[in-house]
Amino acid sequence: MNPTIGVIVFPGSNCEQDALEAMTSLGASCKLLWHNSPDLGDVDGVIIPGGFAHGDYLRPGAIARFSPAMESVISFARSGRPVLGICNGFQILTEAGLLPGALQKNRGLKFLCKPVELNVQTTNSVLTSEAIKGDSLTIPINHFEGNYTCNDETLKELHAEDRILLTYKNNPNGSIGDIAGICNAQRNVVGLMPHPERACHPLLGSTDGQQLLRSFIESSRL
Amino acid sequence: MEFEANVEVQLKEGIADPQGSTIENATPKLGFNGIENVRVGKSIRFTITAEDEATAKETIQELCEKFLTNPVIENAIIHLQGAE
Repeated sequence: MNPTIGVIVFPGSNCEQDALEAMTSLGASCKLLWHNSPDLGDVDGVIIPGGFAHGDYLRPGAIARFSPAMESVISFARSGRPVLGICNGFQILTEAGLLPGALQKNRGLKFLCKPVELNVQTTNSVLTSEAIKGDSLTIPINHFEGNYTCNDETLKELHAEDRILLTYKNNPNGSIGDIAGICNAQRNVVGLMPHPERACHPLLGSTDGQQLLRSFIESSRL
Repeated sequence: MEFEANVEVQLKEGIADPQGSTIENATPKLGFNGIENVRVGKSIRFTITAEDEATAKETIQELCEKFLTNPVIENAIIHLQGAE
């Protein structure tokens, strides 16, 4: 049976339909889950989509992390099941403490919306298991606060534990260590700024996002 | 007792501040010289009712840690004064 993926929708999320469409086209069952309910239902994986949850007021993710659904997402993640945060979803996962570090305003203060080239650094995660290490993927970014930052100790840990999944070939936003995506120590919670769901159809200019989302579907099947 | 609070949220030292550097780069072009080390923060003002100043401060500190700041990149300076 195909796994069921829950996509959490906050007021201000705007990529939930893209995520749903992409995941469905890759064979997953998908359902949208309103942030105000702690009930995730019977899902096998959770996606926190891009957008501007709660208007990004105070800081991106600062308010969203207190939504009732997030408490359930935290327990879901702690039980080892796959959680993926895309763009604003990545920001929410760092605010919720499920991923280390924080996302700062882009260097140069420009809102960036363009395809970028990413390097696959490891295949040991729920997002990259179907990718090939060293491969280059073209996937769009669409953010103002995607400049990943963390302290030296965390950066060393991320490197030592092989937790940097994707890096930018040409760093667009000032992100430390060219980081585009990371995972937690258990490797089941992943966050990335680029939008794989927008690179899943030839009409969109790239299908490179498919291998990342397919990895997530396969990991949700386990 | 009611107190007036002003929480100044600042980026921690060593954390790059793209807004600060953009402002700093603009200053000489506008004819203002000698301006350096620009850091941008935010100021959050509110009133708080508490038994005494110490309690108010304690509550605000917790509020800052849990919500008003991201402790990974930000610090808070709390200013508190008794409201008339």
